[in-house]
Amino acid sequence: MSNAIDVAGLRKSYGKVTALDGLDLGVATGEVHGFLGPNGAGKTTTIRILLGLLRADGGTARLLGGDPWNDATTLHRRLAYVPGDVNLWPNFTGGEVIDLLGRLRGGLDEKRRAGLLERFELNPTIKARAYSKGNRQKVALIAALASDVELLMLDEPTAGLDPLMESVFRSCVEEERKSGRTVLLSSHILSEVEALCDRVTIIRSGRTVESGSLADLRHLTRTSISAELSAPPVGLDQLPGIHDLDIEGLRITCEIDTDQLDGLLRRLTDVGVRSLTSQPPTLEELFLRHYSGDDTGGAYRDQAAPDHAANPSGARA
Amino acid sequence: MTTPTLTKPSGHHSPQTHGRTSTLTGTRALAKLAARRDRIMLVAWIYVLTALVAGTAYSFKKLFPTPAGRAEFALSAGHNPALLSLYGPLYGNSIGSLTAWRYGGFAALGAGIMSIFIVIRHTRADEETGRLELVGSTVVGRNAALTAALLIAFGANVGLAVLITAGLTLLGLPAAGTISLALAIAGSGLVFTAVAAVCAQVAATARAARGLALAVIGVTYLLRAIGDSSGPHGPRSLSWLSPIGWAELIRSFGAIRWWVLALPLVVAAIVAAAAALLAVRRDYDAGMLPQRPGRPAARASLRSPFALAWRLQMGSLIAWVIGALIWGVIVGSAAKGIGGLLGSSQIRHIIVQLGGKSALTNAYLAAIMGFNGLIAAGFAVSAVLRLRSEETSGHADPVLATTASRVRWGLSHLVIALVGTTLILVLAGLAAGLGFALRSGGTREIGPLIVAGLGQLPAALVMGGIAAAFFGLFPEVSVGVAWSALGLAVLILFLGASLKLSHWFLDISPFQHLPKLPGGMVTAAPLIWLSVIALVLGVAGLIGLRRRDIA
Repeated sequence: MSNAIDVAGLRKSYGKVTALDGLDLGVATGEVHGFLGPNGAGKTTTIRILLGLLRADGGTARLLGGDPWNDATTLHRRLAYVPGDVNLWPNFTGGEVIDLLGRLRGGLDEKRRAGLLERFELNPTIKARAYSKGNRQKVALIAALASDVELLMLDEPTAGLDPLMESVFRSCVEEERKSGRTVLLSSHILSEVEALCDRVTIIRSGRTVESGSLADLRHLTRTSISAELSAPPVGLDQLPGIHDLDIEGLRITCEIDTDQLDGLLRRLTDVGVRSLTSQPPTLEELFLRHYSGDDTGGAYRDQAAPDHAANPSGARA
Repeated sequence: MTTPTLTKPSGHHSPQTHGRTSTLTGTRALAKLAARRDRIMLVAWIYVLTALVAGTAYSFKKLFPTPAGRAEFALSAGHNPALLSLYGPLYGNSIGSLTAWRYGGFAALGAGIMSIFIVIRHTRADEETGRLELVGSTVVGRNAALTAALLIAFGANVGLAVLITAGLTLLGLPAAGTISLALAIAGSGLVFTAVAAVCAQVAATARAARGLALAVIGVTYLLRAIGDSSGPHGPRSLSWLSPIGWAELIRSFGAIRWWVLALPLVVAAIVAAAAALLAVRRDYDAGMLPQRPGRPAARASLRSPFALAWRLQMGSLIAWVIGALIWGVIVGSAAKGIGGLLGSSQIRHIIVQLGGKSALTNAYLAAIMGFNGLIAAGFAVSAVLRLRSEETSGHADPVLATTASRVRWGLSHLVIALVGTTLILVLAGLAAGLGFALRSGGTREIGPLIVAGLGQLPAALVMGGIAAAFFGLFPEVSVGVAWSALGLAVLILFLGASLKLSHWFLDISPFQHLPKLPGGMVTAAPLIWLSVIALVLGVAGLIGLRRRDIA
């Protein structure tokens, strides 16, 4: 059993609206997996199918070696879930909710509970109606993190947290990883995903568009290059994978597909390089490329190009 | 600009109106939105209340075609403390007088409850869910939401008055009496509109605000029940403290006291002004009652779906039980006086119309037990539908993501509904027995009344079962269908016999199949059948819940 989550060709529609259109997702045991996608891409629907709250229309989904729909109750003993929109019973205190959810999951670690309350600076005696969004989020997080489970399913868990609490959250997830737990982290905070995740899956309109380690995905993107050369360059526009080439005398700026970087550098050093600035691709660019534009793969490229052209100066600065 | 601005600002583009805002800005837009959201509920409320009043007038017309018959009936009914405490004083013996007596107070109560639901829904409930925060961030004045809610409730009460007037006029009742009755009912609605507005400021949750307002309405009904039934040396003036009492004290169709109409108007205006004052003084989403810190950890017992369901429903069950106890004592103590009416032949008709059959006291008590059945069914439906509100509010998600299975989660609330419904019926029966004992000194009715109360259980459970089945199988419509089904059962019980509806139609209501207890013959078959139907409906609901998507 190598994968904690195995989803293939998952389909789900609500009436005429298609939420999932053949989604694939594989989360290996023990990894922290980033689950990215624009609003309405189907992240929450996927997680709710994995929780057995929704029944898939088609495709397969395996969770911890079991069937998320039929084995829901037994599987839930081994996982904890933090919803994206935490709604608590208004007249329960935070402490009561933490205990209740923990016990319903099969017990929680009192020591960890106390430690987490302290780290997240949450007052457990306040009624849920008086909590801010961030504090409600903390209640759900503490309830999940204090449970002794194999898998954490976190649906945008830091959406309401302040930067200080976000860093507490990061160190908590870091500890989870070290203790061998699997984490599925749906998120919009790219720095968080970059800092925490071993691998990411990017989905769009209910379909998986990219999946792999961050390093893998970086190869799929372009690096911004700006250089000052000793002599005018020749034939650069013939290079494979080059985009937005701009030559002004001895200065050049361009975008290069990261896996073609080698060829460009060779050509430049042949001419002679006086200065060189290279900007590695950020996850943000990866994101923008996959999020904007139409459904077809070719369109991403065309759509992404103007974005890159818009701020080459940023790369030079 | 010093130009006198006596001319009206001309249209939207007038520079005079541009940028001018007050605490009421946006009221019209909010009121429109509220009216749209409420269009079905408002029509249903107004229709049911009008139907009760007009249907009663119609049935009195059929029951007592001659003035002599009415006079005989009025003589006995108008002096009977039992009926006085239930319905209020009787002024005159015309069809109109009898109608105002029989349903004037109830309609005033109904208008009050309708107004409370409307106002809380558009103030505290919207605030609690955060909808109002979104709206409030736009160009909307601080008092706009409250004012919009008051306007909608005001409109509903005006609409109710117009329809009642139209209905009774069509039946040929005199104009002055008709209008005074309609306005008195709407007046009670306005008072409770304002009361609800205050409650919405004081309590921090919609549930608590509604409970508080309903408690106020219960107390006012109690005040007039005591005042109306007490003798010349008793605390008769208590009725004057009750807005529901005012609806009777105006003496519609008798020697009308028009000035009494000023009471609800003045009180409603003062109370509404108080609500507006409170509204600007408090913080958004905060109440007036202090928030105390709660327990840092859950009780050891809070560890199962059932414990959670119990914790969620306990408060409302206690409120229902208290209400049932008070109601039981009032109607039970009134039962003793029924015997004094034995001389009248017509009173039999009115009791028969309520659904009773044999000896008069028993017939009266059996009719009361019919009410109890509906009250308990009300709890059953609301307890089952708690599942739906848990689901739509997102509270169910984290629970169902634990080892709590759907069936266990659903069953927990169904068990609460079952136990609570049983408890309400037993205690209401016990309270009626004790009330009867208080007046008569005999405890002989306690046992039979508890049994009679329990006799209503299968039918009440069928209503809860309908809610459960629809929750599991057709969750989107479950709330509307379940409450409509109960509303239909109420209409059939109150008006079915007098409107001479066909048997086929009356038999839709499970309550029509119950033995008339106490005093009636008990046949096991309908009780068993109804229990089986309730069980099947409940199981169907759970199966549906297990197979469907969670919203």
